[in-house]
Amino acid sequence: MRHTISLLVENKFGVYSRIAGLFSGKGFNMDSICVGETDNPDYSRMTIVTTGDDMVIEQIIKQLRKIIDVIKVTDLTHEDHVNREMALIKLNCTSTTRNSIVQIVDIFRAKIVDISPKTLTVEVTGSDKKVQAIVNMLQPFGIREIARTGTVALKREYSGKSPDWSSGEKRAFV
Amino acid sequence: MGDCKMEKVKEKEVAAAPKKKKEVLSGADILIRALLAEDVEYVFGYPGGVVIPIFDKLYSAPRPKVVLTRHEQGAQHMADGYARSSGKVGVCLVTSGPGATNLVTGIATSFMDSVPVVCLTGQVATAVIGNDAFQEVDITGITRPITKHNYLVRDTADLARTIKEAFYIAGTGRPGPVLVDLPKDVLISQVEFDYPDKVDIPGYKPTGEGHIQQIKKVAEVMAAARRPVFYVGGGCITANAAGELTDLARTAKIPVTTTLLGLGAFPENDPLSLGMLGMHGTWYANMAVNECDLLIAVGARFDDRVTGKLDDFAPKAEVIHLDVDPASISKNIKVDYPVVGDCRKILQRLSPLAREADTADWLKLIGHWKQTHPLKYQKSDRIKPQYVCEAIRKVCGEKAIITTDVGQHQMWAALHCGFFGPRTMITSGGLGTMGYGFPAALGAALANPDKKVVAVVGDGGLQMNMQEFATAVGQRLNVIVALFNNGFLGMVRQWQELFFGKRYSHTCLEYTNPDFVKLVEAFGAVGLRVDRHDEVVPVLEKAMSIKNLPVMIDFHIDRHENVFPMIPPGQMATDIIE
Repeated sequence: MRHTISLLVENKFGVYSRIAGLFSGKGFNMDSICVGETDNPDYSRMTIVTTGDDMVIEQIIKQLRKIIDVIKVTDLTHEDHVNREMALIKLNCTSTTRNSIVQIVDIFRAKIVDISPKTLTVEVTGSDKKVQAIVNMLQPFGIREIARTGTVALKREYSGKSPDWSSGEKRAFV
Repeated sequence: MGDCKMEKVKEKEVAAAPKKKKEVLSGADILIRALLAEDVEYVFGYPGGVVIPIFDKLYSAPRPKVVLTRHEQGAQHMADGYARSSGKVGVCLVTSGPGATNLVTGIATSFMDSVPVVCLTGQVATAVIGNDAFQEVDITGITRPITKHNYLVRDTADLARTIKEAFYIAGTGRPGPVLVDLPKDVLISQVEFDYPDKVDIPGYKPTGEGHIQQIKKVAEVMAAARRPVFYVGGGCITANAAGELTDLARTAKIPVTTTLLGLGAFPENDPLSLGMLGMHGTWYANMAVNECDLLIAVGARFDDRVTGKLDDFAPKAEVIHLDVDPASISKNIKVDYPVVGDCRKILQRLSPLAREADTADWLKLIGHWKQTHPLKYQKSDRIKPQYVCEAIRKVCGEKAIITTDVGQHQMWAALHCGFFGPRTMITSGGLGTMGYGFPAALGAALANPDKKVVAVVGDGGLQMNMQEFATAVGQRLNVIVALFNNGFLGMVRQWQELFFGKRYSHTCLEYTNPDFVKLVEAFGAVGLRVDRHDEVVPVLEKAMSIKNLPVMIDFHIDRHENVFPMIPPGQMATDIIE
């Protein structure tokens, strides 16, 4: 199963390679990894999307916690969370196809950020599923290049329902 | 988070205040002061270009004492042997580039077996890092997966804190090697020296003493078991918990089997001892694990050499696992009752809750197994390696520390020497590093001047770090090197015999081996050769009588002796060959 794991790490050189190296060295899957400084420049927030069964995910989380530069590891998968990915998609575009493309871009609330006589570049933000959906819709026009950021995610704050402490997923946080 | 910034401002103010003026020292001086603050007695080292400033300071410093090795790998193994035999953090110091890369095998050895070592490596000046400078190598990059943590110090101002953190990280929690890379300019620049009293690493809070509710539950489960077994690993010795474990096992009347690294955690002359388990474990230890209804793992990690085929390991048992490393729990085997924390503290809290289990029938059955399937070997006029192991223990005493290399002799030593106290068996278990045993013995001898140290080695492995005889002679170390010479890479030969149709590809050393006696004599050590069974004890006694020099005994053992029992790789306990 796919998991979104959020890490708070020290903002030092080499941290990224420690984490990437852990995944390659131990043979864990990594679908995406995304890093950026937090409001405190001493720390960075890293979001990793990974796939594995429960035992593998438990190992991934425990192994991440062992890295000295990693301060906090949270598996957001079973928590209420917001996740977003951005993609830039450069595709073929002629005067005859332009209108259809613009329609699709509107439906996805995406933006056109660059235009040339033969191409358009679209900026889209959303869940990875939404990004995949617009990519699928634009595919027939001929995608030239695509750049995706990978997922960033944060936990949602109290949304009115009471927390479910009995959830088995808490086990991973003990 | 704003506070952090405030603190930084305050630090600057403090630094600027004339009242608090501290000594201004070079990086090299700071390093030595830091080592003294950490109470480091020995540094195992080898000089080179960029670390000359450090060696220059060590030249006039009364402490730490430098042990000059003949190869950096020897330095790392010595620091490792020093750490395992004493429980203190070992330290080695080498130069950049090849000096640093020569440590790699040793660092991986320490990492796999959770040994606390601080490795100090020189580095080219920060200005030329990345320029492919002379003797430059990205050693923090190379050692990232084989260290618990590593540092590249970029500013002399960070040096003292980094050394403090390195020792703290290496020695606490699940111990491990920590490497600190020291660029040349960092060693030369001067700053005010201020050694911190404590460390604050936000991402490193080693786990405590175990959850009390979980410990209570464990006590209940243990009392209810009918066929329980303790499965004890190196973590029990690392945590200095052997005494607690022994008391608990005796109180609860639960038999104990240990891993290779756990040897010595429980005295093997106790009737509850099952000896070692696993691929070359005793028949009865493996059978006990196969038949048990409760397996209590203490500081062990369910390594494949212990479990064999995972699905068939301890098939009838519920599993309790006490370990300091949360990541070890349920890594290979699903654990029913995990307790995370320091093994000693957990056992201290568990002991008062433990009750005597109803294990009379179980112990009777195990007693029967011990009688019907004992460890055995054929007596002969030729020297049987198993007999040499027994003789070593008899002549050198129960407290003698035994180090080994890797291979057949390692397994014979594990099975036949007998181990009666913690830190008496020093061996490379996880990585299986040939060439480890002899230098590790030198480190152990320096840490334990009052104890006899015997290195049990093979003719293959000894040649991998033979150069350290020069170190041993230089330090006047009175270690005994028991060379089990069969002219073969014996363990590989055994596998070729059993699983590769007796095609002995490149495992015969007989015709190209040196004359070991002449060789060690050339180093200035004492060399003795033994060919007959009845000479074994007298020669060991002779070796015991020699003082202040290393003694190598070249035992020409029965060449075709194999290690048994053996569970063929990937098979289950009941497939054991006796």
